[in-house]
Amino acid sequence: MNTEIIGILAMFLGTLALAIPFGKYIAKVYGKEETLLDPIFNPIEKLCYKLSGINPNKEMNWKEHLVALLTINMIWFVLGMFFLMTQQWLPLNPDGNPNMSADLAFNTTISFVVNCNLQHYSGESGVSYFSQMWLMFLQFVSAGTGLAAAAILFRAFREKATDELGNFYEFLLKSCTRILLPLSLVIASILVFNGTPMTFEGKDQIISLQGDTVEVSTGPVASFVAIKHVGTNGGGFFGANGAHPFENPSYFSNMVEMFGQLIVPLAMIFAFGYFTRKRKFSWMIFGVMTLGFLLLTIPNVTMEMKGNPAISAMGIDNSLGATEGKEIRFGAAATGFWSIVTTVISTGSINSMHDSSMPLSGMNQLIAMMINAFYGGCGVGLLNFFIFIILAVFISGLMVGRTPEFMGKKVEAKEMKIAMIIALLHPFLILVGTALATAFPEQGAATLNNPGFHGFSEILYEYTSSAANNGSGFEGLGDNNLWWNISTGFILILGRFLPIIGPIAIAGLLASKKYIPTGNGTLKTDTGTFGIMVFAVIVIIAALSFFPALTLGPIAEYFSMK
Amino acid sequence: MKSENNSLFQKDMLKEALVQSFVKLNPKSMFRNPIMFTVELGTAVMLIVSVWILFGETNQGSFAYNFSIFILLFLTLLFANFAEAIAEARGKAQADSLRKTREDTPAKLENGETISSSLLKKGDIFICEAGDIIATDGEIIAGLATIDESAITGESAPVIRESGGDKSSVTGGTKVLSDKIVVKVTTEPGESFLDKMIALVEGASRQKTPNEIALTILLAGFTLVFVIVTVTLKPFADFAQASITIASFIALFICLIPTTIGGLLSAIGIAGMDRALRANVITKSGKAVETAGDIDVLLLDKTGTITIGNRKATHFYPAEGVDPKQLIRAAVLSSMSDETPEGKSILELAEINPLNFNVANPKFIQFSAETRSSGIDFENTRIRKGSTDAIKNLVQKAGNVFPEGLMDKVHQIATNGGTPLVVSENEKALGVIELQDIIKPGIQERFERLRKMGIKTVMVTGDNPLTARFIAEKAGVDDFIAEAKPEDKMNYIKKEQADGRLVAMMGDGTNDAPALAQADVGVAMNSGTQAAKEAGNMVDLDNDPTKLIEIVEIGKQLLMTRGTLTTFSIANDVAKYFAIIPALFITAIPALQSLNIMNLSSPQSAILSAVIFNAIIIPFLIPLALKGVAYKPIGASALLRRNLFIYGLGGIVIPFVAIKLIDIVVSLFI
Repeated sequence: MNTEIIGILAMFLGTLALAIPFGKYIAKVYGKEETLLDPIFNPIEKLCYKLSGINPNKEMNWKEHLVALLTINMIWFVLGMFFLMTQQWLPLNPDGNPNMSADLAFNTTISFVVNCNLQHYSGESGVSYFSQMWLMFLQFVSAGTGLAAAAILFRAFREKATDELGNFYEFLLKSCTRILLPLSLVIASILVFNGTPMTFEGKDQIISLQGDTVEVSTGPVASFVAIKHVGTNGGGFFGANGAHPFENPSYFSNMVEMFGQLIVPLAMIFAFGYFTRKRKFSWMIFGVMTLGFLLLTIPNVTMEMKGNPAISAMGIDNSLGATEGKEIRFGAAATGFWSIVTTVISTGSINSMHDSSMPLSGMNQLIAMMINAFYGGCGVGLLNFFIFIILAVFISGLMVGRTPEFMGKKVEAKEMKIAMIIALLHPFLILVGTALATAFPEQGAATLNNPGFHGFSEILYEYTSSAANNGSGFEGLGDNNLWWNISTGFILILGRFLPIIGPIAIAGLLASKKYIPTGNGTLKTDTGTFGIMVFAVIVIIAALSFFPALTLGPIAEYFSMK
Repeated sequence: MKSENNSLFQKDMLKEALVQSFVKLNPKSMFRNPIMFTVELGTAVMLIVSVWILFGETNQGSFAYNFSIFILLFLTLLFANFAEAIAEARGKAQADSLRKTREDTPAKLENGETISSSLLKKGDIFICEAGDIIATDGEIIAGLATIDESAITGESAPVIRESGGDKSSVTGGTKVLSDKIVVKVTTEPGESFLDKMIALVEGASRQKTPNEIALTILLAGFTLVFVIVTVTLKPFADFAQASITIASFIALFICLIPTTIGGLLSAIGIAGMDRALRANVITKSGKAVETAGDIDVLLLDKTGTITIGNRKATHFYPAEGVDPKQLIRAAVLSSMSDETPEGKSILELAEINPLNFNVANPKFIQFSAETRSSGIDFENTRIRKGSTDAIKNLVQKAGNVFPEGLMDKVHQIATNGGTPLVVSENEKALGVIELQDIIKPGIQERFERLRKMGIKTVMVTGDNPLTARFIAEKAGVDDFIAEAKPEDKMNYIKKEQADGRLVAMMGDGTNDAPALAQADVGVAMNSGTQAAKEAGNMVDLDNDPTKLIEIVEIGKQLLMTRGTLTTFSIANDVAKYFAIIPALFITAIPALQSLNIMNLSSPQSAILSAVIFNAIIIPFLIPLALKGVAYKPIGASALLRRNLFIYGLGGIVIPFVAIKLIDIVVSLFI
């Protein structure tokens, strides 16, 4: 087998092998069970509770959870606006970077609060070190918010019938301290040893062989890059993100970062099974997600390795694959693999220009974000998947002649209404956003670098990435202007919080319902059959919503190239 | 009334349904069904566009093409309306045939006056004698009569109805065969169960069931997705410099929204109630039928449901040293005047006419709760038969020994589910008669089927726990309530419901009424008391206790039909996309010809073919909607696989084939 393929397999299977025990650990953390790290974190957390006056044993219902979640996110947003718009005067700004404009600060703050990290600025010149560290803090807490939200879901399906779903602040704090922090520490250390800078010094100067003076940006990079992956945030320290040699120096660092972004979403699937004592159900979820993931990854890697047929036709050697926009130290296979991982998982960090991917590779990246539930971001991937489960439960329940039920709870009109609104929201945000940008070309389309189908893909990608809270860019888009900053900012907020509120509301409603014991007539949801059903629902909804748009973008481009 | 004509469409029904298809076009009534309402809007737009072209517009394609789309959409609407109308017509016809039996029967009042049944009000009292048709539903307040209920139940054997007991209800349209009864009217004219059911079928008081509401939300959601898809396609297409006509937009939209299930949804619901009615069950709401499909626990009375009527004598077991003939003689004599079915069965088993024994001056001792025995005294002989304890007492009081071997036999009979009757002569135990319950043939299979459906069956009996257990095991029920008092049923139901299960039961007596009301599905027998019928949510005209099994299947069919047709409808969209999307863009982007995988002949014929398929699939599926998808008790996962394969995969493949075929035909004309 090809070394490049072995590299990919090693990344995926290695992460999977670690994700299962890590999932068990996460289940213990949320279940208040003893773990090895207790002696370190118990005193730290106690101090936090004491300082903030929070009682971590106060049980909340789903509404109280959501109030807590939204309030604390609001506070982060206000603080973020303040820091970014005044960074010039704040400490730790050795390069003297200026204050951000209001619309850029709005877009940046939101995109970090919602775990998206769509970056319309360049890290080197756009933000101070203080701002970088504030953004890093947001990378922790935004991922923690997603994990805490998933923990609420966990609680809703552990007890037979309950209103008490744990304490939001406890979930949030433990997610940051006990899950994200240890992983980030390990990864940051590895990166430092591989050459990623970790310093508060300003720009370095080197004199090139030609005698030119070159200024090189550095900073506290390693810590930032670690959490951007572990927290599935994706915002790079530098504008070039994971393609920058300081962020991602080698194939090995590439593997470590790949592990970093896969580990938590994978572990959360298994954590759900351990926590609710329904491990088979976890495997059903894992199976469906992995099937989807592979169906996107395999064609993508194949196409990237094969290279552009138009270039082959010109008689140019294409044996390295499609190398345009790629870093030669990663190669076509690992880059293609990364581009799907980062889009299915809502990380949005990139190690190549997605704009340069082959048309259908680009389509797969788009589809990954349009579905946004094959693994998905920290915690929120499961929440998105939960919506599809509810829809699948409903349709398949009817198909076997029984009022639909999930984990012993009847799914009725109210839950369907919420599930349908959330399922609708994603296509709505993407299609309406894209439609407005194409309908008013002086605002949106005029900033495109490419005309025609590819230009359309660029717009579609930007809104898909925003709605999916992914944060990667197809690029090739002059995206730091009022139109893009404001329009994507609002899409980010809606695309983040509604898909958290919806599933939590459904879980809360279901949790308080009477538990129905399972019988022969009950449809089991931890079987392959049900998995196929969920998969079919996901594919059909995505296909029906996005087929026309994809036709006018990547599909038309693909057929035109033939 | 057993339905004689099972064909789906009868001539007069078709006519009525056709008229209704047009009447239902009224936007006001269309609005109840949001999906078909959007189709109606689309149809209106196409009419306007067609007229616009007649007045000289040139950018929207030919008049013939636009007008064809309009006609096809109009047909789609008519087909959907027709589905609903034919379902209503069938339900109504079924109900009407029941109602006809009770129209305008003369009723004799207490004062001798005779008035028409339609003038009878609740609380009125009328008299029926042999040969009279009972004017309306009521309760016997005096008298007893044999009644021929074949007009309602189709069962020709007459039944006995009498005042006071649990069998005091009479139904309008049935015929008194003997004796005279005084009946009190229990319903206002037009408010009988049947009238209520007809109203349900006709739609006047038809309410959406909870599952139907949830499904409508799902379908409305899909419709909204396609509103977004179609509307945003306009700027997308402009950006790609492809111009799309209004007709194409409307066609795309209508083909994508789930019109198939939207058009058939109400027909499926009506057909569910209609199937219940064909099974001779009157439901008080559509919800009750739906709930029946979800039942987890079924409470069944032992007698009449699981076993045939009463116990029968099966064996004589003499005590040690007793001549079998002596035992049989004593048993026969003691049963001479015993009118109970058990007593009669002893004579049948012995095959001896008691009169042969020539007994002088017999004195019959009737059974009493105190002595718990009955028997006969003549000359110097005292024969008794009764419960073990009673006879043992009798024997031991007289100073005799109750043989140990006999005691063992008694225990053996009891553990085998039989009832022992011990016989004594002059205070000496002679032996024991074994009485056994006879389990209805075929009942085990029915319980097995229920178990596969995931339903727990519970037998309710007055027997002692030992006997009850034996019969329960033999019949294959999952649980039993022995020595049951009316409140035990109620408590059992409440306990199961507290665990989250749905319970169905059947009952007839007044003391069943609270339990019938408590149960999620309570089926009252038509012969039962008015209280029982008011308390339940269904009435079984056949008085057949096994009917619950059929009702459960009807409920499951109802949900399954909705689920499978929804899946089918949505799966269809894949093929429709592959027909329409290339057609929209091929002119502007010739490269997309590769996406035309069905190789449809031209953009216009592709769109027309998709719209034609979308319209004609509705009438094709009407028979399925009316009959319901067959339920197979093969386990939920297997059932899902099966239905997913047939209606999911079938839903993807069939339209590809059909649209291609239609295109071949259509291209001949374009």
